[in-house]
Amino acid sequence: MVIQGKTPIFRKILTFAPLILLFISVMNEFDLNYLNYKYFSFNFPFILIFYWSLKRSQSLGYGYIFIAGLFNDVVIGFPMGVSGLTYLLICGFAAYLRNITLRTNLLNEWLFFLFTILVATAMNYLMLISFFSIELNYYELIGNILFTFIFYYIFAFIFDVYQKIVFRGKTDD
Amino acid sequence: MAASRDDFVIAIRSAFLKKDTQQRFSLVALILFSIVLILLSRFNFPIINYLKISLNEIIYRASFIASIPEQQIKKSSIIVQEHFELYGDYKITKEKLEKLEAKELNTDFIISENKRLRILIDEYVVDSEKLVGKVLLDKNSPFKKSIIINKGSKDSVEMGMAVLDKEYLVGKIVEVNYSTSRALLVSDLNSKIPVSIEPGNIQSILSGSGKDYGILQYFKEESNLNKDSIIYTSGSGGIFKSGIPIGTIKKSNPENNEIKFFSDLSQLNFVRLISFKDERNK
Repeated sequence: MVIQGKTPIFRKILTFAPLILLFISVMNEFDLNYLNYKYFSFNFPFILIFYWSLKRSQSLGYGYIFIAGLFNDVVIGFPMGVSGLTYLLICGFAAYLRNITLRTNLLNEWLFFLFTILVATAMNYLMLISFFSIELNYYELIGNILFTFIFYYIFAFIFDVYQKIVFRGKTDD
Repeated sequence: MAASRDDFVIAIRSAFLKKDTQQRFSLVALILFSIVLILLSRFNFPIINYLKISLNEIIYRASFIASIPEQQIKKSSIIVQEHFELYGDYKITKEKLEKLEAKELNTDFIISENKRLRILIDEYVVDSEKLVGKVLLDKNSPFKKSIIINKGSKDSVEMGMAVLDKEYLVGKIVEVNYSTSRALLVSDLNSKIPVSIEPGNIQSILSGSGKDYGILQYFKEESNLNKDSIIYTSGSGGIFKSGIPIGTIKKSNPENNEIKFFSDLSQLNFVRLISFKDERNK
């Protein structure tokens, strides 16, 4: 199932699947919150943006990521630009990691992802409480970071398999 | 040491300033644009409000469609769960119905007597205008508890309208667009509602917890709350009329002043939007 052998439309869909997934995830409740486990939630867009900005940045353009951030702000009810800035910071961290390493391994990537989401969430939190006086629940926030970190490993594995099948493992590395 | 600092600077510059071959915008330009947008939002610039209203109209509808598959999964799991609990629920409902039928006989008489007495003491008499709205989006985010409703300014929705599920208060309107509106749920951390606790007529503020329960704040410690206390809106502040039921003291945790809402806020499908007006002004 390598994309070169497919029809142009199918090839486009496979190439832009991460982008389509990003827009679907910011526009619906793609965080398994309905499971109603206490403090359980994770930020799927963070995982998606970090992974694809690191491994295959042409699949997610910065402009599209910024627009996805605006969409997320509207859906959640946050002030305009907050999620966009957070997403772009994640892109910046991913681009930095891409520049300083020739070939990353999953463990390094995973730990760097933790650092990235800590900084990005802290920035997001600071903006919301200092500029807009919006209250947030600390425990929910910590739970969200923790589960996003844990789920990165699982999704990175799934995305690796997807890349191997669809793009023959061609990355930015 | 200097070389490693140079590498760091080069990597940062390359990541943020340099435009990748397949990227139309540089990262730093978009970050600056986001910051400008945040500052404009902070100071409520009209252009941002227009942009937001236009985006709301498009995205709420698109988001409703994008959520359909997940909503279906959610509904299916609830249906399966309800089937398993059907017999138990039937027995409880039957018992409740018998009690309610007995109570209903007295209710009509009490309502008319109450209305007559309120007029007699010249209390604020309210009348309501009702609208029924469908919940388009139930963004049960860990950060903000709000719902999007398919009624907006074209249907005469106004800021501050009460949002009811059956007879129970679930939130209030905080954002009105042309054909949609956003309601902040009573469970949101930013929700504060003046309430009255009965029996005892204890005045308090019901604050959201960001979870599926509320917390009572600012009332005398020596107040006698018991497990059967019911929380109603107090009508203070003039936003809601008094006496709308909200919830009851959480039986598992009464000492923490936690409130269990009568409505399941994660299962809202249709809600009633009500504004209260002084009947004497009509």
